[in-house]
Amino acid sequence: MEAYIYDAIRTVRGKGNKKGALNTVTPTHLVTQVLKELRAKHGFDPELVEDVILGCVTQVMDQGANIAKTAAQQSGYGDHLCGVTLNRFCGSGLESINQAAAYVKSGFSELLIAGGVESMSRVKMGSDGGALMMDPAVALPGHAIPQGVSADLIASRYGFSRNDVDTFAAESQRRALAAEQAGLFKSRINVTDVNGITMLTKDENVRPGTTVETLSGLQPSFAMIGEMGGFDAVALDKYPEVEFIDHVHHAGNSSAIVDGASLALVGSEAVGKKLGLKPRARIKSVGVMGTDPTMMLTGIAPACRKALKKVGMEVGDIDLWEINEAFAVVPLRAMQDLGVPHDKVNVNGGAIALGHPLGSTGCMLMGTVIDEMERQGKGTGLVTLCIGGGMGIATIIERV
Amino acid sequence: MSFKNKILSYDIDADGIGLITINMEDHPANLFSPDFMETFFDVTKQAIADDKVKGVIVTSSRRMFMAGADLKMLEKEVTDAEAFYQNSLMMHKHMRDIETGGKPFVAAINGHALGGGLEVCLCCHHRIAVDNPKTKIGFPEIKVGLFPGGGGTAKAPYLMGLQPAMMAILQGTNYTPAKAKSAGLIHATIDTQEELIPAAKKWLMETPSAVQPWDDRKHKIPGGGLFTPNGVQTMVGGIGNVRKLTHGNYPAAGAILSVIHDGIQVKFDRALEIEARYFTKVIMSKEAKNMIRTGFFAIQDASKGKAKPAGFDKYEIKKLGILGAGMMGAGIAYVSALSGMDVVLKDVTMEGAEKGKSYSTALLKKRVSRGKMTQEKADAVLARIHATDDPNAVKGCDMVIEAVFENPELKAKVTAQTEAVLEADKVYASNTSTIPITLLAKASDRPENFIGIHFFSPVDKMPLVEIIVGEKTNDRAIAAAIDYVVSIRKTPIVVNDSRGFFTSRTFGTYCSEGVFMLEEGVPPAMIENVAKTKGMPVGPLAVTDEVSLTLGILVYESDPSPNKLPEQDRFYKIGKMLVDDHGRHGKKNSKGFYDYPEKGKKRLWPELKTIFKSDVETLDKETVGKRMLHRMALETFRCLDEGVLTSTKDGDIGSIMGFGFPIYTGGALSYIDYVGMDTFISECDDFTKRFGNRFSVPDSLRAFAKDGKSIHEYGKSAKSKSEIGSMLEPELVAYANSIGIEATVDDLKKDTLAKVYAQLGY
Repeated sequence: MEAYIYDAIRTVRGKGNKKGALNTVTPTHLVTQVLKELRAKHGFDPELVEDVILGCVTQVMDQGANIAKTAAQQSGYGDHLCGVTLNRFCGSGLESINQAAAYVKSGFSELLIAGGVESMSRVKMGSDGGALMMDPAVALPGHAIPQGVSADLIASRYGFSRNDVDTFAAESQRRALAAEQAGLFKSRINVTDVNGITMLTKDENVRPGTTVETLSGLQPSFAMIGEMGGFDAVALDKYPEVEFIDHVHHAGNSSAIVDGASLALVGSEAVGKKLGLKPRARIKSVGVMGTDPTMMLTGIAPACRKALKKVGMEVGDIDLWEINEAFAVVPLRAMQDLGVPHDKVNVNGGAIALGHPLGSTGCMLMGTVIDEMERQGKGTGLVTLCIGGGMGIATIIERV
Repeated sequence: MSFKNKILSYDIDADGIGLITINMEDHPANLFSPDFMETFFDVTKQAIADDKVKGVIVTSSRRMFMAGADLKMLEKEVTDAEAFYQNSLMMHKHMRDIETGGKPFVAAINGHALGGGLEVCLCCHHRIAVDNPKTKIGFPEIKVGLFPGGGGTAKAPYLMGLQPAMMAILQGTNYTPAKAKSAGLIHATIDTQEELIPAAKKWLMETPSAVQPWDDRKHKIPGGGLFTPNGVQTMVGGIGNVRKLTHGNYPAAGAILSVIHDGIQVKFDRALEIEARYFTKVIMSKEAKNMIRTGFFAIQDASKGKAKPAGFDKYEIKKLGILGAGMMGAGIAYVSALSGMDVVLKDVTMEGAEKGKSYSTALLKKRVSRGKMTQEKADAVLARIHATDDPNAVKGCDMVIEAVFENPELKAKVTAQTEAVLEADKVYASNTSTIPITLLAKASDRPENFIGIHFFSPVDKMPLVEIIVGEKTNDRAIAAAIDYVVSIRKTPIVVNDSRGFFTSRTFGTYCSEGVFMLEEGVPPAMIENVAKTKGMPVGPLAVTDEVSLTLGILVYESDPSPNKLPEQDRFYKIGKMLVDDHGRHGKKNSKGFYDYPEKGKKRLWPELKTIFKSDVETLDKETVGKRMLHRMALETFRCLDEGVLTSTKDGDIGSIMGFGFPIYTGGALSYIDYVGMDTFISECDDFTKRFGNRFSVPDSLRAFAKDGKSIHEYGKSAKSKSEIGSMLEPELVAYANSIGIEATVDDLKKDTLAKVYAQLGY
């Protein structure tokens, strides 16, 4: 049995702060709107959709109490529709697609909706507590450090300078702006309010005119916490070959904090025929891989190798890559590790420019890569994200 | 009714106020011990049950309230975790009976209330202390590898707030009564001892409350609870900083965080279970045992002069002569004058002598400006130092310490010069750090009075003094040197003569092993960082820079011995190459293994990686760490074996206080037990094969390991000469084998006997 992606769409991304365009709507509103849009676009019988699998990282307050079920109930699809919320940190949005694919491939389900949501302006990142960073019995032996310090550790360990990461960040902004201007974000929808008034039509965080020079004035974001929290020393305990942590990351070369939601329609070949839908892509392989929790953000390359190996593919077989730009150094290190040229990676920009709504990003990248594969007429694509705590996730797709 | 035993007395006055006065007659101090608890809980139980009693005051008739837990009780090996845990719970139950019995208790704190003593006070609903700034109130347990296990860790956050409580317990902060009050540990201070009991009684009569804050639902934790922005920041930052400071080597530190983190989220009685559980875990740890044994008992004994040979009165030093007013001489003058001695500080020129004295002027000024000393006292100390360029000025001194340049001819000259005016029975000491005392003593007419007193730099900060016994040095001189070191409040160890003595010789192996790994391709940062991760205060490359590479070359070239060890040659050659080819002299010229920019931090010289072809895959970090620590431990054992060290404790103390060997291991000899003697030997064997003979394990250690005993038993199996002489042949062979001598019954008995005598030094 094969699993197909019939569509993958996303909202525009609003800045994830109190001034952000989407700050005044709830994450349930965002998901519900995408659910309705998906149904309106394809006109399928909602009775056929069995479940909503939704990635969401900070599952408290607005996002607590199973937001997938909450949105399913609001969607108007009917009482039959179930919802499950999962958390694989930044890999959540892709994990939900992979799980949906597994249901379909096993024959347990015919049609599901999978994706993710994060309203970072309303529910603060890290506000769900947890033992990873806060329980001494876990964090002390785990050499836990904040992600930003991990990113700076990777740069220090693998020799990426401030100029390297700023150059990458400026290019992300340039590509995103070019894609916006060329109208390449085909699977993106506007967000409207309760009256149907449009709230936002473009990704709010893209900054035209960003250059290495404009970035050079920004102060490092993680130097203070690295020193005061003792985390630089914790990193060196684990990686003693690094003399000191070079704090190269700042607000301009790290992923932007934003609000947004995204959903994919995943189903079997048979259900597509029944609904008269043409699949946009087939899910070919998936992989997750755990890595050292201190360096944390280097799981991409091993996860990709694993996914490639499962289907006898090699790095060179992939036409287009979406590598999540959690921090500039993450795709830089992944490209270095895998030997992938930058012109195949994030060709329409990434999270540094567009933003990284944690639980949603994986599914957003899926929509982006499918749009671009169709535009360029390419056959294979790979979506991958680094994940908190030291994990990586990858999904390989091909056009059908 | 009233009650009295050797622990405390209990009386009830006409107003129905009970007074418990602690006075543990059989102990030098009031201590939180099983004996104390038994009586104390008995009496408090009676008081609570007694309708005539309105409230209870707990105080002490000693100078201190209570000094802390009885470490003797904790030094004993705890092997049964379940039993220890249950006992802890029982103790908590008794303490909780006091807190929840409905009858108000007041702690009337007349003096030091530390550790378990403070925890007794925390059982009381109200705490008043006499406002004496010399009184210490706090939790010092961390200093011996423990943490408050009598409810203190669970309670402190309720009183002080999460972050202050965490810091106070992690750092072992001592508070004055005034500061303890502002920190929330006590409620009130009172000016005089006389007012203390009346004030306590007044509170009981007027405003008693018998509810503890941790039992009061309305009580708010100062600064907020765990799941507040402040609480989260405190915990996350606390974890990072604990690893930064301990590198995971001190289990007590992590346990403190866990008790606070896990405990603050549950009802108080359940928090005590958590505290008891972690306390059990920590008390059973090797680290706590090591820190109690070496860090507390051994250092305390040594600091009191326990090593002093018996039968000598205190060697009084009213006037001390110091020859050479360089950095060491100036430092020795300062610490000696500070302890009340008159000091003659002699240098070749008056200018040099005055410059040496000005060192004390500067240090005293700092003390006064920090409020640690009055101007009058500082003036008096300074007035005791007499700078001079006259060699005859040491006439009438009770002891002379020579601290001139490390040159045997020069030292011989000043020895003769001094002995010409020094009274014949006075002790003459050299502060040499490298030249054998026996050699220097050859210039003396009275070598029996000639001894080494080796200070460390900077003298005013370094707590250890190494006393070196020359071939002819007599016990009287040793006793005098120990008396001197104790009187300047430093800790002596006594070692026998050998090049580099104990500390310099052993510490040299640390530097050389670091440099060897650099040569082999281990990245320099890895060497430095792993050393710190293992608990060394400074990396081997940084410390070699401090000493200077040039000095290492000088010492090697001036050592006349023809058969130097291969590792000495190797270390020399690397140093020589760095100095001659690259101009890397050390910190002095701002170019060593590190660059020393005028502004900013020192950074490793980037060229090192090229010169030595550094590769991160050369060695794993565990091996890097073990090579440094194993090698120091092995050299320390050799010192013990050769009789340079005469006790394992001196090796432990000397390594910890002399060059910062990590205290969680118990010291450089206890380290062998810490690693496990068999593991230590097999790893050294492996290192011998991979890295060279400097890791070869002495046969004596290999033989001793078969007995499965602690390293502290080493040498204690030595039998007396007459015992050995009366052994039957098979018995003798077995004994010879046990002390590392290869012998069989086929050998001649007299040969075996001679070998055994030689090994034991008979």
